[in-house]
Parts: sequence; C-alpha cells; structure tokens
Amino acid sequence: MSTPIKAIATGLGGLSLGLLLATSSVGVWSAEKLVIESWRNDDSNIWNDIIIPAFNQQHPEIKLVFSPTPPSDYNSALQAKLQGGTAGDLITCRPFDVSLSLYTKGNLEGLSGLAGMENFSEFARSAWVTDDGKETFCLPMASVIHGFIYNKELFEELNLEVPKTESEFFEVLDTIKSESRYIPLVMGTSDQWESATMGFQNIGPNYWKGEAGRRGLIDGSEKLTDPQYVQVWEQMAKWGPYMGRGYEAQKYADSQNLFTLGRGVIYPAGSWDIPTFNDQADFEFAAFAPPVPDGQENCYISDHTDIAMGINAASPNKEAARTFLSWMASKDFAELYSNQLPGFFSLSNHQIDIKDPVAQQFLSWRESCEQTIRNSYQILSRGTPSMENELWNVSTQVLNGTLSAEDAAKQVEAGLAQWYKPHQ
Amino acid sequence: MSHPSSIQRRFPWHILFFLAPGLLIYVTFSVYPLLDTLWLGLFQEDATGQRFFAGISNYQTLLLDAAWSEPFWNALWNNTKFFIIHMLVQNPIGLFLAALLSSPRLRLSNTYRTLIFMPTMLSVVIIGFVWQLLLSPIWGISEGFLYSIGLGQYFDAWLGKESSSLITLALISVWQFVGIPMMLIYAAMLSIPDDLIDASVVDGSNAWQTFWNIKLPLILPTIGMVSILTFVANFNAFELVYAVKGALAGPNFSSDIMGTLFYRTFFGFQLQSGSITMGAAVATLMFLIILVGVMLYLFVVQRRMKRFQL
Repeated sequence: MSTPIKAIATGLGGLSLGLLLATSSVGVWSAEKLVIESWRNDDSNIWNDIIIPAFNQQHPEIKLVFSPTPPSDYNSALQAKLQGGTAGDLITCRPFDVSLSLYTKGNLEGLSGLAGMENFSEFARSAWVTDDGKETFCLPMASVIHGFIYNKELFEELNLEVPKTESEFFEVLDTIKSESRYIPLVMGTSDQWESATMGFQNIGPNYWKGEAGRRGLIDGSEKLTDPQYVQVWEQMAKWGPYMGRGYEAQKYADSQNLFTLGRGVIYPAGSWDIPTFNDQADFEFAAFAPPVPDGQENCYISDHTDIAMGINAASPNKEAARTFLSWMASKDFAELYSNQLPGFFSLSNHQIDIKDPVAQQFLSWRESCEQTIRNSYQILSRGTPSMENELWNVSTQVLNGTLSAEDAAKQVEAGLAQWYKPHQ
Repeated sequence: MSHPSSIQRRFPWHILFFLAPGLLIYVTFSVYPLLDTLWLGLFQEDATGQRFFAGISNYQTLLLDAAWSEPFWNALWNNTKFFIIHMLVQNPIGLFLAALLSSPRLRLSNTYRTLIFMPTMLSVVIIGFVWQLLLSPIWGISEGFLYSIGLGQYFDAWLGKESSSLITLALISVWQFVGIPMMLIYAAMLSIPDDLIDASVVDGSNAWQTFWNIKLPLILPTIGMVSILTFVANFNAFELVYAVKGALAGPNFSSDIMGTLFYRTFFGFQLQSGSITMGAAVATLMFLIILVGVMLYLFVVQRRMKRFQL
C-alpha cells in the first residue's frame, strides 16, 4: 500500500528539487527576460527551436519567450495589452499605420540610433518611419512577394507551359478546365482577404505600373476609377469560372489543403505559403510571376514590407531588447530567418544565400521586375472607410460575380473621397 | 428587549450584510462598466491618444455620416432578421418539442431531452467549425445527403452567398439554442396540474383542444419570457458570426450584426484602427436598443398577459 505513495513522494521530491535547480539556474543565467508579441503563430517552433537558441549562444544572459496571438486577433489583442500594461517587451510590427499609430501614442520606442539600423535601406524602412521620415520605430525583418504557385507534376501531365502573359494565363486555365477534373485556380473568397491580397494586390502592380501607380493614388493624380485599376478587377471577374465549386464558402485553409492534396493546379500565392507547402505537399511545385498584360515589356511585383520588430516603450528591459534587435540586424539573423522561413525575405542589405528553390524563384523576380508594396497600406487606409477593408469587400464580390469591375472601382473611390483630400 | 416601547428601531444592518457581496460584485462588474461605457461614448481621441470631451458628436457621426450610418443600419436590420428567424423557427420548434416531451406516452423522453439540449452546452467555436465542415462544398456531407434524398440540385455554398449566409448562420444558431426554449416551456408544462387536463378530457376535448385551450394559455407567460430572452441574446450575438465569417462578416457585410460592427469599431480590423470611444458609442446604442425592446415588452405585453392561479 505504501509503495505507490512513496513513489509519488519521491517523484514530488525529485520534481521540486528539479524545479529548485531550474529556478536557481535561471537566477544565475538570466538577468532579463524578454517577451515577444507576434502574430506569426505558425512560426512558434522555428523561434523556439532555432532562432532563440542561436541568439542565446551569443547572449545567454537574456531569456526570450515567443508569445504569439492568432493573426486575426493580433492587432486588437496587442492594443488591449498595451493599454492594460501587460504587453511583452518586443512587439512585432505590422507595416505602416497600425504601427505608426502605436508610435504616436507613445507605445513604441524610437529606434533611429539603434546599432545595426544602418543595414537597412530607405525602402526597407519605409513601412516603419514617421511621415516626415525622421524617426524609425521598428527594425525591418522581412518582406513577402506575391505570385502564383503551381503543381509541377500536373503541369507536366497536362503538357502545360508556364504562362507569361495574361492571355497565356487564361489559355492554361482553359486547358486545365477542359482536359482534366483538377481545379484550375485554387482560391476561396470566404475569408475575403485572399481576394484583395492574392488577387488584387498580386496581379495589380502590372497594370498600375508598380510604385508610379501607388504614389499616384496617394498624391491624388490617379483614381481607382482609372482604367489601370478597373482592368485589374476585370481580370479577376474572369477568374470565377476557373475556381473550385462553391469557392464562395472556401476558406484559406481549404485552399491550402486542396492544393497540397493535388486537387488543384494553380494557387495564387504569397511567398509565405512556401513553408506550409514544403511540409504538406508530396509533389514538386514551383512559382511563376504575375502574368503581364499582353504586349507589356516591363513586369512589376508586389514585394511587400510586411513584418518588423519594435520595442515596447513601457518595457523595463529596454537595454536587453536593444541588444536583441541589434542582433536581428546582423547577417547571421538574416540568413537564419530567410532560410528557416523560406518565403520571408530579409530586408537587410546583407548578401545572403537562399537555399529553398521556390523561394529562390520568388526572389529572382526582384532582378527582372520592378518592386512595389501594396497600394492600400500607406496613408490610404487611415480614414473611414479604410481602403484595405473596402478592397477585401469589393474584390470578394467581383470574384463572386456579384459586382462589376466598374462598380467595384466606383465604390472604393467614393469611400476614399469621403475622407482623403487629394481624392475629393 | 429592555425598551419594548422604543419607537426607534435599529438600522437593519443584517440586510446590508447579506446584500453586500452580491451588490458589490454586481456594481463592480456590471453597473460600473455600463456607466463608464455610457460616459466614454461622449469622448473622442486625438492621434496621440489624448481623450477630450466631445458631447454627442460620436452619435451624430454614427447616425448621420453615411460612412458610419450605412454599416450601422445594415447591421441593425441584419440583426432584426436574425431575431425574426429565431422567433419564427427556434421558439415554435422549442414549443413543439416541449409538447412532445411532456406527452406521457413518449418513451425515452429523458434521452431526447438530453440530446436536444446538448448543442447548447457546446462552445460556439466548435459549433461554427462543425457546421462549416458539414456545409462545406469541398469536404462537407450535406451535398451527398441532399442528393441521396433527391434534392441535390438545391445544394449551394450557402455560407458564402450574400443571399443566404445570414439565414444559414441564424439557422445554425437556432439548432444550437433550441434546447433553451424547449427546457423552459417543458418545465412550465410539467407544472400544469393533471386535474385540469383530466377535467378537460372528461369534458370531451381532444388532444389539440386541450393543448390550445388549456396548456397554451397556462404557458403563455413562459413563452413571453423565452421571447425576451431570445431578443436580448440575439442583439448581443457575436461569436458565431465571428467564428464562421470573421469580423468583416461578409460577403458584402451580409452577415454583419451589431456585435461584429461593435468589434470592428472598438478593436479595429486589419488596417482599420480601432476607436475605443466610437466603440463605446456603438455599445451604448446596442444597450439602448435592447433596453427599448425589453421596456416595450414589460409595459405593453406583459401587463396585458393573463395569469392563472394554479
């Protein structure tokens, strides 16, 4: 009778001894503990198993805890935590206004003097500087590139050529539709953000000429009702018939699953999909850049500055946090991050080797095409209605076939005109 | 006891003592936040997060500025539809199930009762997930099921269509919560004395007449209570729409209800930045809508309702 109790007692004793040792070792090693707020819950393992241990090899005295929130809740949860004084020391920064407003409210620390910041170009920092360009408040981490990922085996099976132009793209889709039972274009509109992000912002830069168009929208010289924008929605209006049955109720995870199960051929993608597909797909896949309009020479890609890291102004461990950020500005981190998370491309000036073949493809477009960022992110989503949310809404309706391209353009332009002077 | 003639009675401290814990919790977690919300709705914030008093300007924006009022009226109208569907489907089915359950000839009634009440106890997130899978045009079983009973051509991506997403969500919610009206009405039916039923049978009324003339009038107050509970719950609803359609409640805001509108306003969404003060204004309007509804019920409906001493 007493044996199990004894065993438990010994076990408990051992456990408490272990705990004691653990706490004492923490006492010796870790002067400071930093908590990282992030929306990248997909990357937990990579942070915990690779990035943090790599940092601790150089700085064993700083303990790091990666504490992510699901992406859709991140902004609101972070805001609530910052107001309640419970937010972590390091804050993963969304691009542009979300972080800018955190900075103006005094939640983020200014980082202009940070050692290592000189490794980032003006373009890389553009999403995390004040409007006058004087202060940088987050250390750029990575950008993501849009394009299309395709199933190589199915392309061979159906004898397809990688499309370069708009008309070639639709020819490929036609062939898939008529000669096989595979879904030609794997995308759903239920979550809405894919419509704007993988649809509108993916193929759009080719039509509005990248940065020129983006700046034109901001200074008011271009309107969304101009043909170069309406054309984008006209293209998307033609996608519907090639998307899977019931795509109106298809969610992002459904799309990823359909593609990795080999039931679809072409997947409008963001480069961040690569790690997921590497894990789940048992076939070879590759990527092609957004097809250009027929007869156009130059190509443009969305190379969106998407993720950065800043310091909570209320953190008691700012020195340790700065040490960590300076390490993040190093070549070691750039190489580690870009290769552990293929599809997130480091924004620093270091020359790094990317090993993943599909990520290499995405990256190679930086040489051949001109880069831009998503046109709704800087300034234009500040007011009500927010242009980004409007784009989700109308792009979804265009893909669903319930709104014409012209009306979509009119709606977004009218929304912008309500609060943005250059468009009034 | 020594001064039996004394008119001065001691202050009834014991009453305060017994009330205090409940009162304290209620005031701290209910009354204070409510008043603070009402107060907060009268402020605005500038870019640096500094608050200043703004009177009723939040409400003016919300009700008169098209950028705000259109989503607001859309959400209110959707919410009303959501409520009407519950009243037309959930409560009659609840009543019907309660009537069936209280029939003395029904066997295994406890089993049915438990099974029907089960979804009410599940988390909304699970309900949303399960129903999305059931109704999914890709992996779901509903399409096959409909084909097997010859209705396959009517299948559609209901949750993704502007015309059907709100109705589908409302019906999922009905499926989840039908146990509550059923239980309440069932309990009311059980409390009807057998003598009354026996007497009506002796007087020659059939089952339908007994139900219509004896049982229904007796459970009417319960049905009233169920309706008002449905009203309050529906106008506070949020989780199911958020779990299934996200905060943008698409497509084209066709499933946007007051709760999701409040969430977007208060917390912000994607690049739309949240506004605590504007959110408080939306919350205040939600509170007023519910208040008006409950008042109407209390002063117009409940006072006219006949009650019978059993």
